Amino acid sequence: MAEVMVFAERQGDSLAEVTYELLAAGRQLSEALGCELSALLVGPGAGGLASGLGSADVVVCAEDPQLAHFTPDGTLQVLEAAVQERSPRLVLLPSTSQGLDLAAPLAARTGLPLVAYCRELWAEDGVVVARSQVYGGKLMVEVALPERGIACLLPGSVSAEAGRAPGTPRVEFLSVPAVSARARFRQRFEAEAGDVDITREDILVAVGRGIGDRENLSLVEELAEALGGAVCASRPLVDSGWLPKNRQVGKSGLVVKPKLYLAVGISGAPEHLEGMKDSELIVAVNTDARAPIFDVAHYGVVADLFDFLPALTEAVRQRKG
Amino acid sequence: MDVVVCCKLVPDLVEELEVNEAGTDLDWAAVRWVLNEFDDHALEEALLLKESTGARVTVLVPEADGAEEVLYTALAKGADRAIRLTGLPPGAGSRALAAAFSQVLPSVGYDVILTGVQAVDDVDGQVGGLLSGMLGLPYVGVVTGVEVDWQARRAVVRKEYAGGVVEELEVDLPAVLGVQSARKPPRYAPVSKVRQLMREGKAEALPAELPAVPRAAVRRVFRPQTDRRAQILQGPAEQAAAQLVAILEERGLLRR
Repeated sequence: MAEVMVFAERQGDSLAEVTYELLAAGRQLSEALGCELSALLVGPGAGGLASGLGSADVVVCAEDPQLAHFTPDGTLQVLEAAVQERSPRLVLLPSTSQGLDLAAPLAARTGLPLVAYCRELWAEDGVVVARSQVYGGKLMVEVALPERGIACLLPGSVSAEAGRAPGTPRVEFLSVPAVSARARFRQRFEAEAGDVDITREDILVAVGRGIGDRENLSLVEELAEALGGAVCASRPLVDSGWLPKNRQVGKSGLVVKPKLYLAVGISGAPEHLEGMKDSELIVAVNTDARAPIFDVAHYGVVADLFDFLPALTEAVRQRKG
Repeated sequence: MDVVVCCKLVPDLVEELEVNEAGTDLDWAAVRWVLNEFDDHALEEALLLKESTGARVTVLVPEADGAEEVLYTALAKGADRAIRLTGLPPGAGSRALAAAFSQVLPSVGYDVILTGVQAVDDVDGQVGGLLSGMLGLPYVGVVTGVEVDWQARRAVVRKEYAGGVVEELEVDLPAVLGVQSARKPPRYAPVSKVRQLMREGKAEALPAELPAVPRAAVRRVFRPQTDRRAQILQGPAEQAAAQLVAILEERGLLRR
């Protein structure tokens, strides 16, 4: 059964947005390859959610009650069983926290080649071609999968629209031996609310590694104050403990859409861009003229932060009077 | 109570990356290697486990320019053993590296294997997940904290999801964990101590065979073409700042 199989990521009782992106990419590939598109849906209630996957030809459900919560090891057992039973031409997974736990172990367990961080996927004469975005977005690597393989798609790479097409897929139930997960869900903590909710701010001054030392954060704080906005940060600064987690923008942080996003010393790794690319106005300040942040920014300043930030703060203060 | 940190060196993105003449790979001779930043967090988490539970920490690093620095820095920070893995060419890929780790890990001994959750050059997958599949061990990635109950042979880990959601999972040991960030920022090692340990030459070496692994054939490596470049505001700082203020004002972003 030479199908393209999509792992349908769930968020509790609904489907994650990225699932529709995977279906859109998978639909295009299955049509080019002349095969069916299947979606694997794991956990109790899978059958009920199957109708939401209209762009698939078949929804393969595994409803083991042990999988009520995502558990990397348990879900992997189901995924591996599905791949063994159905021998898909291509398995498509999301490059998310869930997908990262599944794709590489699945590749090693099945012996299939894996392409991570795909931005684009298409088929040429029966060969699947993938473009992987690596080196912090600085380079693309184009690879060919002439035979079976696994690909991970970066969220936000394709429009989800085609994945939402209505339809009535066949529903099949996968018989899996009782899952015995070696990693088990214990409890969930929602994001901690802090003093500032950066998702509600109109103006954000975002700071990244280019700021150098922790003491230099005051330059950014002064600018944010002058603009009447809040300070947020890219992951490395939060991991270093310089700013709290609730100020982190990006894949593992928050998604923001302010009126002004002023990125200071942020190179623009794909994980960061994911969290801010839909801001109304993006201005980037960086010493490296080739930094990927300038690809999404509307305006850019290539300058030494320590010259530019005080000058901008002063100019804003003067204009505001 | 063995915690092994499997590290990799990656091209330093601060430097310009050069593509080879054929356009199929990086020009490895031009690369400056640095420790994968997530591996630094994996090492920190291992050292925190050593402090709280008395675990023995071993660090594995593949041979490359810069590997010695990483090995002796790890020892200076408190790792018990530092092992250089020989026999892998630069750019071998994450899957070959994971396979090499899986060859030597049984002789090193492990209860918990920590890796960075990902690296900037993971075209063919992430080391931790691949390694878990090769060793038949459970894997949890995007981990932001590990606690271990050695007697119960269990770890309790915090795993991060988008939007700052965190879930706590219980994992049977041995296991492979892909660390996103340690509970504390990675510590620094005094340069003098690193140099002193280098003179003592305590790091070990283990040979690995370059394994044959499934890998998609690379057609080309290229810089992405972008269709939306920022309009760059020119001039010295004051001049660029004045232009930007005018733009913000025009858009009504400078209201008091």
